Amino acid sequence: MSTENLVKNALGRWVPTEVNSVAQIPYLGVGKYKPEGRIHGRFIPSNSDYPSDGNKEVATIKEALVKAGIKDGMTISTHHHFRNGDLLANIVFDCAAELGVKNLRWFPSASFPVHKHLIQYLEDGTIHHIEGSMNGPLGRYTSEGKMKGIAVLRSHGGRYQAVQDGEVKIDIALIAAACADTFGNANGLNGSANSGSLGFALADSQFAEKVIVVTDTVVAFPCIPWQIQGNNVDFVVKVDKIGIPEEIVSGTTRITNSPDRLLIAEMTAKFCDVTGIIREGFSFQAGAGGTALAVSDYFAKIMRAKKIKARFARGGSNKYLVEMLQEGLVDYILDGQTFDLDGVTSLRVNKNHVSTSPFTSYNYHGKGNFADLVDVVILGATEIDVNFNANVASHSDGVLLHGIGGWQNCLFSKTVILPVPLFRDRIPVLVDEVTTICGPGELIDVVVTERGIAINPLRTDLIEKARNSDLPIRTIQELKDEAERICGRPDKPKFKDNIVAVIKWVDGTIIDAVRQIDND
Amino acid sequence: MEENTKISVAGNKGDKTRSDCQITLELKSTGGLQVEVVSKVKSMYGKSIERLCIKGLQFFDIEHAHVLVEDFGALDFVIMARLEYAIKQLKSSNKEFLPEKSGSILINTTKSLYRFTRLYLPGNSPSYMLNAGIHKPDGVILDLEDSVAPTKKAEARYLVRNALRAVDFYGAERMVRINQGAMGVEDLAYIIPHHVNLILVPKCESADTIRQLDVAINKLKRETETDNITYFMPIIESALGVENAFSIATSSENIVALALGLEDFTADLGVKRTQEGTESLYARTRLVNACKAAGIQAIDSVFSNVANLDALAANVRTSKGLGFEGMGCIHPRQIPVIKKEFAPDAEEIEKAKQIVIAYREAIKKGLGVVSLGSKMIDAPVVKRAEKTIQLAEKLNLIPSDWEIKINS
Repeated sequence: MSTENLVKNALGRWVPTEVNSVAQIPYLGVGKYKPEGRIHGRFIPSNSDYPSDGNKEVATIKEALVKAGIKDGMTISTHHHFRNGDLLANIVFDCAAELGVKNLRWFPSASFPVHKHLIQYLEDGTIHHIEGSMNGPLGRYTSEGKMKGIAVLRSHGGRYQAVQDGEVKIDIALIAAACADTFGNANGLNGSANSGSLGFALADSQFAEKVIVVTDTVVAFPCIPWQIQGNNVDFVVKVDKIGIPEEIVSGTTRITNSPDRLLIAEMTAKFCDVTGIIREGFSFQAGAGGTALAVSDYFAKIMRAKKIKARFARGGSNKYLVEMLQEGLVDYILDGQTFDLDGVTSLRVNKNHVSTSPFTSYNYHGKGNFADLVDVVILGATEIDVNFNANVASHSDGVLLHGIGGWQNCLFSKTVILPVPLFRDRIPVLVDEVTTICGPGELIDVVVTERGIAINPLRTDLIEKARNSDLPIRTIQELKDEAERICGRPDKPKFKDNIVAVIKWVDGTIIDAVRQIDND
Repeated sequence: MEENTKISVAGNKGDKTRSDCQITLELKSTGGLQVEVVSKVKSMYGKSIERLCIKGLQFFDIEHAHVLVEDFGALDFVIMARLEYAIKQLKSSNKEFLPEKSGSILINTTKSLYRFTRLYLPGNSPSYMLNAGIHKPDGVILDLEDSVAPTKKAEARYLVRNALRAVDFYGAERMVRINQGAMGVEDLAYIIPHHVNLILVPKCESADTIRQLDVAINKLKRETETDNITYFMPIIESALGVENAFSIATSSENIVALALGLEDFTADLGVKRTQEGTESLYARTRLVNACKAAGIQAIDSVFSNVANLDALAANVRTSKGLGFEGMGCIHPRQIPVIKKEFAPDAEEIEKAKQIVIAYREAIKKGLGVVSLGSKMIDAPVVKRAEKTIQLAEKLNLIPSDWEIKINS
């Protein structure tokens, strides 16, 4: 973990020029870094190497890993469609440990508390480091400087970009699918344990050298729809149980009961109403999280009252969004991630509920993406500073606890609103400088708190439109001062010098580095 | 207090505890002052909590002690209240470890201020207090009575006192519901010097109760050189209280309203409290009549089904129809509903505007009779219309220059 080679990026953050022995580019500003070269390609396969009857089934995951040529130092990917109900990642590394393979790089689309099982493999050297969102126990482990390599955190779009650009070369991808045929066509819809979309696995199926589909429901060819195309798949493994769909519903996918959060959600919706964002044919995205879900609910009330409808909503689909689709308040749900079982069912039966992927929605090294087209996006943050920079990866105490998800990618929508409480259990959300920058302030337009709404001075249009409303418009500095007046000025967390993680921007440059917390 | 008691505990802890702390204090004979902080926010506030505790111990001239602070994001005013109560269990003192008075505690209040909504806040639960003001109730009620467990009564007084000094309720009238009887009189010392605007007197049955409190309050005010007015809102919660409503309503010039408490009232009658409220119709109309005769406000009982906001709205409409001018709230989400229903609606305002304009025209023209279209309008109707207009102006439902705007 060399920390000698640091460089100041465009946001004034000191970031490493090399991570895990790979040269890095510091963040240069929004849209400033232009990639060169060609999209990564895997070796050309030949049909002659695959069974002529199309049956790619092998008996066990371990056997598939061996056939895929697993060896020391490889990159192994899995996905979080089952969220905390994922069973596959833990089994894969159990197998790798049994095979005595070392120094693997785990490249998940996100990690969850269930993956604390893997800490033993970080300890014994089976896994060298993790590149992916760090949720819960793994985040704390990383922050305490215990992981051998440096964690690399990317957004969902950034993950697709990294794979497509060849920044991360996946050796073996394992895709947990609810339903598959033995040719490898697969979906998350028609099995006994359904996760809905399989969008996060798209890049892996296209670019990984070896692709293993794991399912508990094998159907006769063809498995329709083929969210994953068997033509990209090497092996198919049938297991007893592929995932726990009930665990998809996490605490962050239910509407809030808190009167304070409901007030923030109501203010957010009202802001969108008075500034004309909610109009016939508009589009929106509300992320996971109780407050964001409540915002959708208030949007629905306004739309009903005004007799207007949205052209599309981007999800994270969930019960509330599905009800809006059924009621005719939105024409389409463009779904990147299914957050509950109502979403899974709707994706299966409603033709206007469409599965998307990080390629279509979020990839910054494409020819545009859907996130850019959204009128308003509602996101969360652990901290926001007086320059509107925001943090989603670490807490104010400096510990990595959350994934970036699609958050960075969504910042490119036309209006970005962060509804947040001014403080949480004495911890101010509005601060002078965020602990970790995950998104630059120039892309964050509005911060809605229970004690006032701050509009980014760059958005003179919104400031003008909100001027004559009865909404409590304040400056971001005023909000930060009020947070400090109530909570007291907090001491800054103490860090050691060594870097434990880096945060990638959507273009693969490094926007910030996270250092080991100093508990002494 | 037993002689060998050297350990005391104050405050709350547990998984669900928010914005609070529990303090365990042990007085010692040697070793100086030791503070141990266990907190999720230790890296941010650990040092400041430690400094605050040392300051408090020194304030009470304690030289040797061990303090354990199990903290769940408590603000300074909460930690101070918990520490003071922990100390006072072991060491008697007349000194008070008070937080600085916030600039927000002085608010403009008058007898005739509208009191549509008053949000009840359990007096020993700081987490509800911090954000109470953002929901814009007309008043907040820091409750020392029914929402505080008997074993927590003493420590709640320190917390309520400190909250009155430190918490910004964003302009809401600052009210305290004291305990019944002698305990309620004792409560006064903790609140009167700290800019409380109104005292709710529970289970009030006679004018004497108010007179006694009035005497005690005036004495406290002289002693502490407190000069703000403290209003009374007696709560009528029994058959006897209902019978004595008018004499209670006129027992002090500082009485601004009578409130009704139907849970206890129906229990006193020995009947079930129903949604329709037929069983309490007499009490409600009797109370409204007493209030109107005394020139004060009549406030209705709280609506306990917090999940059903539609039923609440219907309940408020009935209440308004009977002559009530406000209702207690036990959940912040009830506030906008109650406010909206008590406020005059667009139709009422429009009609009132026309009547007021017709009246003013008639005066200008020196006409003895006011008419609107082909209809004659009586003086009381004009008076009611003027009241509606005043209310609408106050609630910002119409601009104060509405008349000019209509004529131009």
